[in-house]
Amino acid sequence: MNDQSLKPQHIGKSYPRREARQKVTGRIEYVHNLVLNNMLHAKVVRSTVPHGRIVSIDTSAAEALDGVEMVITGEHVRKVMPEPYYGVMFHDQPVLALDKVRYVGEPVAIVLSADPHIAQEALALVHVDYEELEPVFDEVEALSQQSFVHEELKPGNPQLQFLAGVRDTNVGFPYRLRHGGDVDEAFEKADHVYEHSFRTQPSAHVPLEPHVTVVEPTGNGITVHTANQSPSFVRYELSRLLGWPQNKIRVKVPYLGGGFGAKLWFKLEGMVAVAALLAKRPVKISLSMEEQFYTITKHAATLKIKSGVTSEGKIVARKCEVLWNGGAYADIGPAVAFHAGMTAAGPYDIQDVAIDSLSMYTNLPTAGAMRGFGHPQLVWAYENHLEMMAEDMGIDALEFRRRNIIRKGRPQATGTALKSDAVSDVLERLAQRLNWDKPYDHGDGTIRRGRGFGIGIKASISPSTSEAIVSLGSDGGATVYCSAVDMGQGSDTAYAQIAAEELSIPVERVHIVHPDTDVTPYDTGTLGSRSLFHMGHAIRLAATDAREKLRQFSEEVGVTEGSNVPIYEIFARKNGMPVGNVIGTGSYVPPTHIPPDPMTGQSDDITCYWMVGGTGVEVEVDTETGRVRVLKMINVADTGTPINPKIVDYQLSGASIMQLGQTMQEKMTFDYGQVTNASFADYKIPSILDIPEISNDAMDCGEPDGPYGAKGVGESGTFAVSTAVASAIYDAIGIRLSELPITSEKVFRALRAKANDPLEEI
Amino acid sequence: MSDNTLKIAFTLNGKPVTAEIETHWTMVELLQNRFSLFGARQSCGQGLCGCCTVVIDDKPVTGCLSLAAFADGADVKTIENGEEELDAVQQAFIEAGAFQCGFCTPGFVLMTRKLIEQHPEPTEDEICNYLTGNLCRCGTYPQIIDAVQIAARKQREVSPA
Repeated sequence: MNDQSLKPQHIGKSYPRREARQKVTGRIEYVHNLVLNNMLHAKVVRSTVPHGRIVSIDTSAAEALDGVEMVITGEHVRKVMPEPYYGVMFHDQPVLALDKVRYVGEPVAIVLSADPHIAQEALALVHVDYEELEPVFDEVEALSQQSFVHEELKPGNPQLQFLAGVRDTNVGFPYRLRHGGDVDEAFEKADHVYEHSFRTQPSAHVPLEPHVTVVEPTGNGITVHTANQSPSFVRYELSRLLGWPQNKIRVKVPYLGGGFGAKLWFKLEGMVAVAALLAKRPVKISLSMEEQFYTITKHAATLKIKSGVTSEGKIVARKCEVLWNGGAYADIGPAVAFHAGMTAAGPYDIQDVAIDSLSMYTNLPTAGAMRGFGHPQLVWAYENHLEMMAEDMGIDALEFRRRNIIRKGRPQATGTALKSDAVSDVLERLAQRLNWDKPYDHGDGTIRRGRGFGIGIKASISPSTSEAIVSLGSDGGATVYCSAVDMGQGSDTAYAQIAAEELSIPVERVHIVHPDTDVTPYDTGTLGSRSLFHMGHAIRLAATDAREKLRQFSEEVGVTEGSNVPIYEIFARKNGMPVGNVIGTGSYVPPTHIPPDPMTGQSDDITCYWMVGGTGVEVEVDTETGRVRVLKMINVADTGTPINPKIVDYQLSGASIMQLGQTMQEKMTFDYGQVTNASFADYKIPSILDIPEISNDAMDCGEPDGPYGAKGVGESGTFAVSTAVASAIYDAIGIRLSELPITSEKVFRALRAKANDPLEEI
Repeated sequence: MSDNTLKIAFTLNGKPVTAEIETHWTMVELLQNRFSLFGARQSCGQGLCGCCTVVIDDKPVTGCLSLAAFADGADVKTIENGEEELDAVQQAFIEAGAFQCGFCTPGFVLMTRKLIEQHPEPTEDEICNYLTGNLCRCGTYPQIIDAVQIAARKQREVSPA
């Protein structure tokens, strides 16, 4: 070997996406495109009340409609699934409503027809009578309300069994962290104590490919084609619900038309599987855009944060209380409360910390994980809080952070020490990019300008598992089998680069097999920026294993390492013809994880890596209308070694644009549990006209445990966008809003209130 | 088939075709049900996102709102037209990294072709105003702007005005 061969050949190169050609020609494979012979389409009858007992369901008129094959209700589901309650954390969600409905839009029945228009028409012919119950919508009211969304908690995940049988509560999961000493005592000793409350709004992921699932009966089992981010879990959950061996269920996932957390765990798969089994035909459900709003949302949250500060500007104590509006079913909500709860105190080195983070049940559509996994909500609270304290104490916002950030080797509130100076590195780079130390022209007249920034931190979901298989063929090409889902983030491309690097072959010689649980091994799921780190390692290990197997194999046929016998010749000597392959396997679970203490949340090793991201913005505010224009947005993140620098850059800007939508415009509105803006006509996601000048800075802050030093980057661009905009508006006009989104109306009302001329509430 | 069926004849991606349709079908349904073309995709269902864009008689329209019946006698082009060879716009989208999940991409490509026809040297404002009817949830707008400019430049090099 010479030095040249030690230099990475494929890592750090911006190869175009492998599937680029199929995407620009419209030929890419989505479940959306899938049509099977003899296939039925199913449409969903949805609850019209937010909380009620089902008195009766009359399907006779629908069944009588010409072209309707079958109408399925919860009672039919029991024929194939005796206990038809699913969920990754709690087994609380019925495949179709049984006895009760818990939110407007909950699936109550499905209608099957070969013609989707007929199925749609029949929906109106299904008559459901409800006895209405008192609903609860607000996460704060849910704490004291005497009406309960669920009679009893039904934990599914083994770690939650301590909650089994708990009754008369809307608290789904109470996360608790206690770090250092008594936080209330510390407040008494502090020179200053500040307490603020913040809220974030419910919003929707709305990937442009709505949820879609096709299930086909295959004689002795089923094949599930689904736009889903966690195929291994789909197989596990269907196997549990049906009482079947896992290998009778085959789950296949091609490309996804966007995910962002919306397509995680288990969504349509249960009801489509039941329909296909009862109808004995392939069945497809494609949700409409409107239905997506009733399927999964991003948690609204109410966040209270209290800090004790010394007169020198050192934060010594912090208490955080977070209530997450989880909607009617748990989905991954408890894990959001847990994982986001861990960093609710922010990237700050605080001696005494107390965090309570509660996932609440309400009678609203279920909230799940959306890009950022609860962290954008938390950053909104802790960075606004920090800016308000800095302002009050007369300390510059950058300087105040410098006095308080966690530095390398110091423990974060979970007790786990940071392995790098990423917080400081990201903060300083942001300040530099914003020219924070230079004077800034705030404008005059009716157009004012301001700038602001914020930083956030997130731990990786731990522990989690990725497995991969690498097959090396007699022509020297490699095939990677893994259950990671490429939903647009470019993972296929990155994994091909990793395999090519490990095997010293061109990336073009690597083929990635998409998730197919008959073939591809277990993976926790494509979520929480975990995949590149975990699956990257698994593929690297599998490739190393394949190379080692090839070496042994070569020795068996008398070829020693370093010889120039071509690979097809090696295989020919073994197999008689230049055919065959060697198989390498790789499995990765972070080796040193220590589960947190259940009472205090403390652990010496709670995460295999940290994600640190910051955003700075410049805004322009029209004081006559309250209109805010974001002019510039700078995203800085610790991305480790970028496997593919361009794709990393696009992940940062894409994430920040998504969060900019949540900052400026997106909010689901409800009227007695009914979503009143469930369409793109009323719920506006960012368009090309809403985009500021964006630049990104991907830093490698030296936390080297990932494959080739890489780490996840899909969420870091979301963390601090909202708070950066809020601070920039404060800088421009002296107004700080505590609730998202920051609409022109809110700014205008605040301006008028500040001028002692408030507008009437409507 | 019932009374509400109709036989139409039109040109699809340069070839004369006929199709039996139901009168309530949209263009997207016609293309998917009769020709297995899935590049025009229904997403928002309200003509607000541009994922369903098809070009009828040289005009880009929203395929989820246009009735299939109106295709009778028309010249219909989809993203699959001439797919064997990538044009300057498609190449530029790849070069600039102007897509992630790819669901909105056919609509953006078709609109960009039109944009460049009308604005051979588009300014950023012209690009944004022209493409504002197309949405990308992955947030690749900065790269799309780059791609349009790259494509326009390539086009000018090939066929100077």
